Amino acid sequence: MCTVCGCNETKHTHGHGHSHDHDYSHEHKHLHDYGKSESGLHVAGMSQEKIIQVEIDILAKNNNYANQNRDFFRQNGILALNLVSSPGSGKTTTLETTLKILKKTISLKVIEGDQQTTQDVDRIKKTGVEAIQVNTGKGCHLDAHMVGHAFEALKLEEDSLLFIENVGNLVCPAAFDLGEHCKVAILSVTEGEDKPLKYPDMFAAADLMLLNKIDLLPHLNFDVERCIAYARQVNPKIQVLQISATTGEGMDGWYQWISAQMDSTKAFKAK
Amino acid sequence: MHEMSICMGIVESLEETARLNNYKAVDKVWLEIGPFSGVEISALTFGFEVSTRHTVADGATLEIIQTKAIAWCFNCDESVSITKRQDPCPKCGSHQLSVTGGEELKIKQISIKE
Repeated sequence: MCTVCGCNETKHTHGHGHSHDHDYSHEHKHLHDYGKSESGLHVAGMSQEKIIQVEIDILAKNNNYANQNRDFFRQNGILALNLVSSPGSGKTTTLETTLKILKKTISLKVIEGDQQTTQDVDRIKKTGVEAIQVNTGKGCHLDAHMVGHAFEALKLEEDSLLFIENVGNLVCPAAFDLGEHCKVAILSVTEGEDKPLKYPDMFAAADLMLLNKIDLLPHLNFDVERCIAYARQVNPKIQVLQISATTGEGMDGWYQWISAQMDSTKAFKAK
Repeated sequence: MHEMSICMGIVESLEETARLNNYKAVDKVWLEIGPFSGVEISALTFGFEVSTRHTVADGATLEIIQTKAIAWCFNCDESVSITKRQDPCPKCGSHQLSVTGGEELKIKQISIKE
């Protein structure tokens, strides 16, 4: 396509080989430089450069898969939560504690993302909840295509809950929409309060921040208020809950949050 | 860290565009990248060179167009320029900002040899 006027011609000239009998002047400023090389020289018979405006969103492919996943979740009233954090923040422990409580009342399943091993999925399965492991190999994040295949294999039930535990990485998973309802960022107090400023993309992408391992606060120099202020600096709308997955402190607030999200997911279930 | 998979995505798009438009070689690729796209330009440039080998864009030059970050300030009720996500509004100092531009990550245009 011609990049100047948008026409479909690729090689044309705007010469006027006929005379006009009109008394206004018009300037034709379409500069079609296909016959010129970058140096501006015209070399007859040589292949020449042509510029094509493509405007392709590089993440479009992932986003298309993500939208398909999202449609499926909406049609079936499934709440999908994408858990993101750095390695060692307690994602799997938080999930284990959560599953043990919620499985009594809610139908739920888990997709576990890690570069290697099935250790996490083995831990999840011990809670009695069905889970599938996705090993990304060298990949640093889950993408929407992997997740689509994973939940297909899980055979999700209507009005259920799906946890997607992303690869432990506070950088890359921020850029990849999986079709989830929202991202939940888990930050443990042992990591330092400045993480939201150091890794702003992730905290900007998350709706909820779970501040984990708060039982360790007496042993640490961690300023909770400052950490929350940092998180709100990059994302004024982020909700924050303080929890300890090992002692159970604050976990009720997390369960209530999930329950409220499930209610609205069911209410907006696409017919 | 995920620049390599971004590069693979770019190559895939270039191959597909080439197939659809029936041309054989891409000479130059212009990418539009925002400061909040999560992409490190040096890593992307390296990844591009590696991932385009033996493809339609083998040896193609990469041109990066860096866009600016823009946010809507709820306090000032207008668009303002920022450079980092944690930046306050340059006018009122508030953090009540919503990023509206700067997440661009796209192939803007390409030049091909006929």
